Amino acid sequence: MEALEIARWQFGITTVYHFLMVPLTIGLGLVVASLQTMWFVTGREQYLRMTKFWGKLFLINFIMGVATGLVQEFQFGMAWSEYSRFVGDVFGAPLAMESLLAFFTESIFLGLWIFGWKRLPKPVHLLSIWAATLASLASAYFILAANSWMQHPVGVELVDGRAVMTDVWAVLTNNTLLVAFPHTLFGAFSVAGGFLLGIAWYHLYKRRRDGIDTVDAAGKVVVGSNPAIGRDRTDHKVWLQSLRIGAVVALISFAGVSLTGDLQAKLMFQQQPMKMAAAEAACHDGTGFSVLSIGDIGSRNCDDVKAVVELPGLLSFLANGDFHTDVKGVNTLIPEYQQKYGSVLPDDPAYGERAGQPVQYVPVMAVTYWGFRIMITFGMLAAAAAAVALWLVRKGTVPESKWLMRLAVFGILAPFGANSAGWIFTEMGRQPFVVAPNPDFSGIDNVFMFTAAAVSPGVSLGELVFSVSAFTLVYLTLLVVEVRLLAVYCRGGVPSAMPELLHRDREDSEDRDSDGGTGGKDDGDVLAFAY
Amino acid sequence: MESLPTLWFVIIAFFFTGYLFLEGFDLGVGMLMRLFARNDTERRVLLNTVGPVWDGNEVWLITAGAMVFAAFPHWYASLFAGLYLPLVLVLLALIFRAVGFEYRGKVHSDRWRAGWDWAIALGSLVSAFGIGAMLALTTTGLPLNANGDRVGGPFAWLNGYAVLGGLAVVAFCLVHALAFLMLKTDGEVRHRARRALRRWLPIGLAPLALWAILVVMSHGKTGSWLLLAVAVAGAVAAWLLAGRGKEGPAFLGLGVFLVAGAGAIFSSVYPTVLPSTIDPAFNLTVANASSSDYTLGVMSVVALFGIPAVLAYQLYTYWVFRKRVSSVHIPAAHAVLPQ
Repeated sequence: MEALEIARWQFGITTVYHFLMVPLTIGLGLVVASLQTMWFVTGREQYLRMTKFWGKLFLINFIMGVATGLVQEFQFGMAWSEYSRFVGDVFGAPLAMESLLAFFTESIFLGLWIFGWKRLPKPVHLLSIWAATLASLASAYFILAANSWMQHPVGVELVDGRAVMTDVWAVLTNNTLLVAFPHTLFGAFSVAGGFLLGIAWYHLYKRRRDGIDTVDAAGKVVVGSNPAIGRDRTDHKVWLQSLRIGAVVALISFAGVSLTGDLQAKLMFQQQPMKMAAAEAACHDGTGFSVLSIGDIGSRNCDDVKAVVELPGLLSFLANGDFHTDVKGVNTLIPEYQQKYGSVLPDDPAYGERAGQPVQYVPVMAVTYWGFRIMITFGMLAAAAAAVALWLVRKGTVPESKWLMRLAVFGILAPFGANSAGWIFTEMGRQPFVVAPNPDFSGIDNVFMFTAAAVSPGVSLGELVFSVSAFTLVYLTLLVVEVRLLAVYCRGGVPSAMPELLHRDREDSEDRDSDGGTGGKDDGDVLAFAY
Repeated sequence: MESLPTLWFVIIAFFFTGYLFLEGFDLGVGMLMRLFARNDTERRVLLNTVGPVWDGNEVWLITAGAMVFAAFPHWYASLFAGLYLPLVLVLLALIFRAVGFEYRGKVHSDRWRAGWDWAIALGSLVSAFGIGAMLALTTTGLPLNANGDRVGGPFAWLNGYAVLGGLAVVAFCLVHALAFLMLKTDGEVRHRARRALRRWLPIGLAPLALWAILVVMSHGKTGSWLLLAVAVAGAVAAWLLAGRGKEGPAFLGLGVFLVAGAGAIFSSVYPTVLPSTIDPAFNLTVANASSSDYTLGVMSVVALFGIPAVLAYQLYTYWVFRKRVSSVHIPAAHAVLPQ
């Protein structure tokens, strides 16, 4: 292993981990803001409970996204200083905009929301969750602007060997960005949909198992209640509505990711044809989409790969919208890339010992091929499950089946898997470039950068080994902590997020006593919420 | 005259200073979780003084970092890669601290809470030290070659200035946090914070003052000396005012000390943003490290709208949560229902 490989592993590990939290934050944020709006408009108790419960889980997850996001902001300079020098003029701007315009809004208004339940007027409190949620969408936009620029550099020219921005508008309206943004958002919503569905299913199942809810002869639910705090009839509404919202969100998101994914694929066939050929593990030009290919996909030599099941014409449809135009395969593309961008790494000190080595233009096909398919499969599974779930609960509750419940809970993972697989595919498929060349401009004088030249020359192997080990260890530990904490609060149900429910019965009698205390009436609301 | 790069040097200096002023007290409060608070209720008082605001304060650092990237890519690349190991520790420390703030109260167990107390305290200590070291080194230099890469191995940055800068920020944060607690709490915590502030203020501000004096002396600009004098006056005023129980003005005095002190340091080193200790020819300056005028122009427009908005709603938050917190406000801890 060399510094370059370690640095890539580190970026991959920290980014994939960060992006477990991000889609849930984006999707759940929008859900919570919508639920609170419903409460604000209707005043119904179940919406308050839903807001508080899903809001609590949102916060547990949010903080992990914040904490790991810091690493993202710093590690370009730390581990990829040559990259930072090359792209800083154009790539730093969206990051700075993200911080100044989105992160501040998100963190400050979320602070107001968490602590402001009783201190802020209701409309202002509602506005603060919306401000935080919309800021998280803006943040997604800016960071995808930066990423899309790496996939498809626009609005720049090469000055003294560096990419210099000439048109910020081109960067912020990059066509790659305009499809990646909705695709990513729908992906995030699908995560939130599956999350709501799985957890709500678990609670409806528990109510049936404990005999609180039963079904009549026609299979229709008979809602009951239990003296335990929070297990009343409203509690049933909380879970049933959450489940239905989750399923509908999952279905809409699937439609959204499919449509935007199709647009994105068509664009990618033009912008990075090698990525898409590698996604197919396709050596030769053709029109068929491989459902299953066997052979040594990981070898990068595509003669080792045989497509055993192929859907004729589908690949052509994905790329061009018809069923007969040939799509270029890896063997056709390699000479084209070599001619345009050179067949060996340039003789430049930035490449160190790698200078003069042949460029491997084919990404790791095992990753691109399977990444693409895992993304699609998990996405489809989640959508199918959501449709089935919606049908199964049509009479007001879930079947009393432990296995179905387990399936629903484990199903939460599918959209996460689809999101990660999609990103791993798109980033690994961009290799060997860190900034992929824009094919609209031709030749070696174009703005692009090989990953091999991007790493920090001054940072040693030992430093990188230390940091990748430390980050991995800490992240794994924190993942266990977060998942266990989420599980505790999920199991606890609504009362875990609303301790006030526990005191509600006793409140009337105790209130009069406590008024005589040191705080006095005015100070009583200093902390509507406290750590 | 490089007008846009100079403007961005000032904006970035403003963000680093704002970061130290705001996160300064929540880093300090984090450390005081173990150094000052005597029991769980007091720890929760401390935590709740910064609860609604610490995350917004931390964004000042993220923004300062992103602005350095956007406006001075060479400064960003050389400084962050040069300080690889200490920044890894800073990042890990900030992660533990952030998660600690949010997770500490979420499980009803003494062991859980004690664990996160240490995470918050040590996380605050290590990140304050590391950021202090980074800021000191960007004013005194790193061994950089012609390409701006650090030479001399993973610990080439470790010198007296790094330690002085680390100590300076840690000590300042502690003093600043005491002043903040005096202002934001009531009862026992408030009185103890005031007494501790009186005692520790001169010692706590000394390393930062020493760093500023060393930097100002080596460049010898008149304006910087004047700012330094203002800083010292602010410190003395804060000390006297704290003794008379003028809590708000004392806190402001510390603010004057920090802003003028940082101003003295940044104005001294200008136009150099990161000196090379190998050869002054390799120094990174506002002229050779900056982005194009086009990029800086775009970012200036963004800043023109962004900065006033940020200041406005951050001030609003502090106004909403302006009341003092004390032990009587802390509700009883409760267990999450296991059902």
